[in-house]
Amino acid sequence: MNIAKPNSYRSGPDERGHFGIFGGRFVAETLMPLILDLEKAYTAAKADPAFQAEMNGYLKNYVGRPSPLYFAERLTEHLGGAKIYLKREELNHTGSHKVNNVLGQIMLARRMGKKRIIAETGAGQHGVATATLCARFGLECVVYMGAVDVERQQPNVIRMEMLGATVVPVQSGTRTLKDAMNEALRDWVTNVHNTFYCIGTVAGPHPYPTLVRDFQSIIGNETRTQMQEVEGRLPDSLVACIGGGSNAMGLFHPFLDDSTVEIFGVEAAGHGLTQLHAASIAGGRPGVLHGNRTYLLMDADGQIQDAHSISAGLDYPGIGPEHSWLHEIGRVNYLSATDDEALAAFQLLSKLEGIIPALEPAHAIAKVMELAPKRPKDHLMVVNLSGRGDKDVPQVGDILKGKTK
Amino acid sequence: MTTRIDTRFAALKKEGRAAFVTYVMAGDPDPATSLEIVKALSKSGADIIELGIPFTDPMADGPSIQAAGLRALKNGMTLRKTLELVRGFRKDDNGTPLVLMGYYNPIYIYGVDKFLADAKTAGVDGLIIVDLPPEEDDELCIPALKAGLNFIRLATPTTDDKRLPAVLANTSGFVYYVSIAGITGAAAADANAVGEAVARIKRHTKLPICVGFGIRTPEAARAIAEKADGSVVGTALVDALKNSLDAEGRATAKTVNAVAELTAALAQGVRAAKQAAE
Repeated sequence: MNIAKPNSYRSGPDERGHFGIFGGRFVAETLMPLILDLEKAYTAAKADPAFQAEMNGYLKNYVGRPSPLYFAERLTEHLGGAKIYLKREELNHTGSHKVNNVLGQIMLARRMGKKRIIAETGAGQHGVATATLCARFGLECVVYMGAVDVERQQPNVIRMEMLGATVVPVQSGTRTLKDAMNEALRDWVTNVHNTFYCIGTVAGPHPYPTLVRDFQSIIGNETRTQMQEVEGRLPDSLVACIGGGSNAMGLFHPFLDDSTVEIFGVEAAGHGLTQLHAASIAGGRPGVLHGNRTYLLMDADGQIQDAHSISAGLDYPGIGPEHSWLHEIGRVNYLSATDDEALAAFQLLSKLEGIIPALEPAHAIAKVMELAPKRPKDHLMVVNLSGRGDKDVPQVGDILKGKTK
Repeated sequence: MTTRIDTRFAALKKEGRAAFVTYVMAGDPDPATSLEIVKALSKSGADIIELGIPFTDPMADGPSIQAAGLRALKNGMTLRKTLELVRGFRKDDNGTPLVLMGYYNPIYIYGVDKFLADAKTAGVDGLIIVDLPPEEDDELCIPALKAGLNFIRLATPTTDDKRLPAVLANTSGFVYYVSIAGITGAAAADANAVGEAVARIKRHTKLPICVGFGIRTPEAARAIAEKADGSVVGTALVDALKNSLDAEGRATAKTVNAVAELTAALAQGVRAAKQAAE
């Protein structure tokens, strides 16, 4: 592709929320004034040292940051190549990276005087993080979750309910993450005056992809400092899984202008790229859905197609618009891992490191198993371990016993 | 440029009454029945027809219109076939304005320039694209105006006086006032609140203002027609259609009539309205 390289990969989006042709504000008029308000509130908060200071306090003492950068010694030995570090986002309160973003958005909601929070969730990790912070700050919380996901991620449904949230199983469409997002948008249009929509990933209308990225960038910023401390230099490569792509963007963004750092995003290839999958970049093309232009899985008529992944958190037919741009401009390499590869990685990491990963980052580990052996022993590779696997234990247990497919 | 929409509103003004605007989903429940339904709408008193473009993810629509879109898609409806339906309708009706309403992605994938050319040729007069606010006017609104199609904008209770000029800037044909903050088929609008909102918008534009969302009965259609330049009914017609289907969701001998009868009753309601104050 013949696109001029920008001076910086980190300056986007433009004032209309565009990353190249991607992004934008494709929403109903009812929501437009809210999105403009949110943009204003976010700009003001960013410039307010008190906002950052308050957030830092909660990040340290409530979330438990910084998360460790851990040298995975046995995985490194087993693969026989690159030195592999795990960024331990699964150790955060609530068990995934999602809490970084939710904390930021809930604090924005408080500044904006909103008392009711809605969210969509796939695996339930974003829903749990949202329910948690709503409990902490005494806010009403409604989480939309596809009925299929409610079924396969029961532990998280129970957690959300214990935290006082209302979980609404979504029966429309394919009954997964995309339909949960449709339903959350319908709720938002209906309850504009008191409701804040806490989006879980780097997608949706501007300014969401930007603000979620900014709140998640703490992952990459910490990694940068930590790697300097232990190895005295920058990493050579970064690997993260991608559904909407918030954990990946959080790790990648602070390194985009470091040309020596190779960056790999891993989409979910489901049953394989020629069959049912959730790899929007590998198998999709640019279209418009959920407020932004981005790579989407769709048919010749522009109808959105069903995604499939073993991992509910990656089971989405789109991807954040900044990822689409980073793909087109060639800064990030987008790969994909199948259900079976992710399952194998899930088991390998559990047995070698005593860390049960969520099925989502198991996709990233699966590609590390391919990439690391081909690289020299002094190559420093960082994998974002974006969530822990407790929620997946019942599902994976059943699959390994041959009960479900 | 003058479209069928402009001509129709000019004629209604002479008659001294508001417009009755109907919405159905293209291809619901199947392409052939859908064409018969659209023909029946104009014969039963619809002044303007809005035809929904089916889409898998209609994020501003309630359950009735979501289901209508899925019925149409299941029976093979596409944007190309929607334009065929319009051509079929135009064979014996060259006067009733027809507006396509839907979401941007199918049009974007069809190709904006090709779509506008094909829509104009087929006999489409205007477009209502829910997920294209004025901030995205370069995408379709400006090209549509250049192609001679009206781009009808939605104004909502959240569109305040400060924002209205931006919303109205490239709007033509009419303004569609969404009477409630919500999705299609939701709670009914209060006629007095609607009257105030219409008066507020009229301070910013000379365009006719039609009001929709939440209007289900001839009485409600009449009440709104007394406050605005047009009443829009969609979900109630889609529900009447759905209630006439068999257990498998297929059309029956009653389907076209069910829609036609409700249309006629609603049209009477609108025609009984006292002339809206200018």
